[in-house]
Amino acid sequence: MASNIKIRAKVSNGVTTVKSLMSHEMETGLRKDKETGDAIPAHFIQEVTCKWKDQVVMTALWSGGVSKNPYLSFKFNGGEAGDPIEITWVDNKGETETGSAEIS
Amino acid sequence: MIDAKRRILLKGSLGAGAIGVAVSAGLLMPRAVLAAWPEAAFKAEDQATALKDLLGSDAVEASDKVTIKAPDIAENGAVVPVTVESDVEGAKSISIIASGNNTPLIASFDLGENAMPFVSTRIKMAKTADVVAVVQTADGLLSAAKPVKVTIGGCGG
Repeated sequence: MASNIKIRAKVSNGVTTVKSLMSHEMETGLRKDKETGDAIPAHFIQEVTCKWKDQVVMTALWSGGVSKNPYLSFKFNGGEAGDPIEITWVDNKGETETGSAEIS
Repeated sequence: MIDAKRRILLKGSLGAGAIGVAVSAGLLMPRAVLAAWPEAAFKAEDQATALKDLLGSDAVEASDKVTIKAPDIAENGAVVPVTVESDVEGAKSISIIASGNNTPLIASFDLGENAMPFVSTRIKMAKTADVVAVVQTADGLLSAAKPVKVTIGGCGG
């Protein structure tokens, strides 16, 4: 299944750098509809789990203060070309998505 | 004729299977995961309260071991690139705060065993203010701040 999470992971001198781009509207819940004046309900990613093989490297906890279509980059020690990287997000409505890539 | 019925039966059972998977993935798992989301910290309206709720203390110490990269002037407050890096040993987490926002705590990154104290993302800023990075270590909280001038706010419209 095609995933909406784009992931690039590269290893250099024993350190893996992961860059990822998620597709999400990241609504804070504080904005109002310009025409009706109604508050636009909050809808944002709350938790992002980043895994290398089966090990959790980083867990990100987010508010609606992270920009729309979030970008996330992180680094970790270790990793070899071909190792799997998996990123999963869960938003405040309970929706979730997982993307994966191999280290190059 | 028999063949056609078998097809229908197959399709029916496949469909039910897919729904089962969707329910377990979409409803059951997030509930368990979301228990950890620190709602009070993210809803706090000042930095000290947010840090106390999140990390148990608001005693931050400015340190040159923490570096923030962010633009001096952000033309669009809805997308402000921020990179936080540290060379401190044993960093446990990195938190990013936009001190001018209604709810200043933007994000917190829990670092696993192998993770390096480095994180880069894009945040929303309501107005010109400091971006504060707080790195949690065994010895306390280290922080750095970087003023960012925002010409168009990222919250509200």
